[in-house]
Formats: sequence, structure tokens, C-alpha cells
Amino acid sequence: MNRRPTLLSLFTAFAGIGIMSFGGGLTAWIRREIVQRREWLDDQQFLSGYALSQLVPGATNVNLTVFIGAQLRGIPGAVAAFVGLTVLPVAIVFALGMLYLHKSGLPGSGAVGAALAGMGATAIGLNLGTGIRLGRLHIRRFIPLAIAAIVTLAIGVLGFPLLHVLAVMLPVSLALTWLDQRA
Amino acid sequence: MIVTLLQLALLFGGLSLLAFGGGTSVLPDMQRVTVDSYHWLTGAQFLDFFAISRASPGPGSLIVVLIGQKAAGLAGALVAFLAMFVPSSLLLYVAALVWHRAAHTAWRALLEHALAPVAIGLTLASGLALIRGTEHGWAQYAVTAAATLAFAFTDLHPLALLAGGAALVLVAGH
Repeated sequence: MNRRPTLLSLFTAFAGIGIMSFGGGLTAWIRREIVQRREWLDDQQFLSGYALSQLVPGATNVNLTVFIGAQLRGIPGAVAAFVGLTVLPVAIVFALGMLYLHKSGLPGSGAVGAALAGMGATAIGLNLGTGIRLGRLHIRRFIPLAIAAIVTLAIGVLGFPLLHVLAVMLPVSLALTWLDQRA
Repeated sequence: MIVTLLQLALLFGGLSLLAFGGGTSVLPDMQRVTVDSYHWLTGAQFLDFFAISRASPGPGSLIVVLIGQKAAGLAGALVAFLAMFVPSSLLLYVAALVWHRAAHTAWRALLEHALAPVAIGLTLASGLALIRGTEHGWAQYAVTAAATLAFAFTDLHPLALLAGGAALVLVAGH
């Protein structure tokens, strides 16, 4: 665990994630590549990075990328990971934008739209599947299970603002974990 | 042109620091300002841009590249991209630095244990919130459910799942 990757391997790992993450599902791709396949971080480090990435404003998965790069190789690592993640997708989106603006319409017909909808629906499943995997691996007791379930329902189903939910659930989780560790 | 670039930099730089909970949280504001205030694009174009950026690989917030491109060409796309991601990344870097310095401290270990269930809940919530935020027909629900189970309990490659999902919705639509 915690092998120190080279800047080049950080760049290529995130470039691979960037180019394969059609329709979203970035969190799933990042965990699969960085934790599962390359073992640069363990799940605990990944999860605390993910939570920090939500607490700080900005696109969560871009934040997570910067966090991972910074943890592994400092500022150069953060830059390598960030550039790796974004350079190809930006070029692709820009090219699609050129097509769109010059043809004045979505590239392709209804078939392309349906395929895109299918990939979007799958990508949502990738994120949900990652949550289930992480839960099965790391939630062994009732209190963390209840905390995870409340956060899921409050934001995902009831649509409460993230900030409100975190303002309540972070102190609750901290207090319960602290009590649990002392017990 | 210079004025437009400045407007892009200020708008997305500001939104970057307001995007608590991820890029999607500032989409309503982004739409209001770029469509209604600056008239860089129409509401329908905004939705098309959203669909394009969501289906493309990479972060969903790349919609800012398309908006910048529409408003001011290649320079606009670059300015919008940097403005959207650099300020929040700097902030995150400072947070990561503090985190790194705190290695092996008791408070970081406590935080790691306390953050894990919250983060797992946030992962699940992000998926559910996306379902609520998009037009999910029965075919999409089926695909999302199947992909969730397949990814959680099998070792199928995500690209295979994506291809299967695209094919299923395509067939269901005909």
C-alpha cells in the first residue's frame, strides 16, 4: 500500500480514467483504478479524500483527483493528475461543441441520443455500485450503517441541501465514532 | 471579446468557489446568468450542452467549456475551463496539505473513521440525485438497476456495462 507512483504514471492513470468515463461515473472509475488496480491508496484514504472533496467547493471528482495527486506526489502530482484527467475530455467536448455549433443541432440523430441516455443511466449505476461495494467492505456495525443510510436518504431521496445534511451528520458521526473508540 | 473573457473568468471563478457538493449544485445559477443575463446562448442550447457534457468522458462540469466556446471561441473555452477548476483546486490543495501533515495524528484517524460512512452515503446519494434530476424512463431505470448490481457484485468491465446499457436503451427506444 502507498507505493509512490511516478508523475508519468499518475498522469497516464488519470488520463485513462478521463477517457473511459463515458456518461459520468467518475468516482467508480477513480476507485477502481487507484485503489483496486494500482493500490496507491487504501479505501480509508480514498473515502476521507472523497469526503474532503465534497466539503471543499468545486467539482467533486476533480477535487478528488487533485487530492490523490497531492497526497502521492505533492504539487507536481496534483497538476499531473488534474491535467491527465481533463486534457482529453476537454478536447473531446470542444470538438463536439464545434460540430454542434456548426451543424446547429445535437451531433447525430435520435439513435445517438438514446445511446447517450443508456450510457448516462449505466454510469449512475456504476456510482451506486461503488457505494454498495464500499459499504459491504467497510460497514460492519449498526451506527456507521445508520449514518450512511441517513445521508443517502436525506440527499438522494428527500433532496435536502448537502450543506445542511453535512452540518448535522458530520458532528454526529464524529461524536459517535469518538464515543465508540473510547468504549 | 476581452470583456466577454473577463465576464467568463469572473462568473465561473465565482461559481467554482460556490459549488458546494459538486459541479451540479451551481447549474441553476449558471443557466440563469449565461442564458438570461448575458444571452450567450438559449435555454434549449444550455440543455443540449448539458447532455453533451454529461455523456462525454470526464467531469460533468465540462459544460463550462461549451459555454465559453459559444461565448468567445477557443479563448473563451480555455478561460471558462481554468476559471471553473483552478480556484477550487487550489482550495482543495490547501485542505490536502493540512490532511497530509496530520498523518498519524489521533484527530486524523478519528476523522477518517467518522468520514467513511458519510462518504459512502454521499456516493449513493449522488447516484440517486442524478436519477431524480434527469428524465428516467423505465428502460433507464432497468439499466441503472442492472448496472448497479453488475458493478457491485461482479467483475465485469465498466466499458462492457456502458456498451450494454447504451444498446439496451437504443433497442428499447425502437
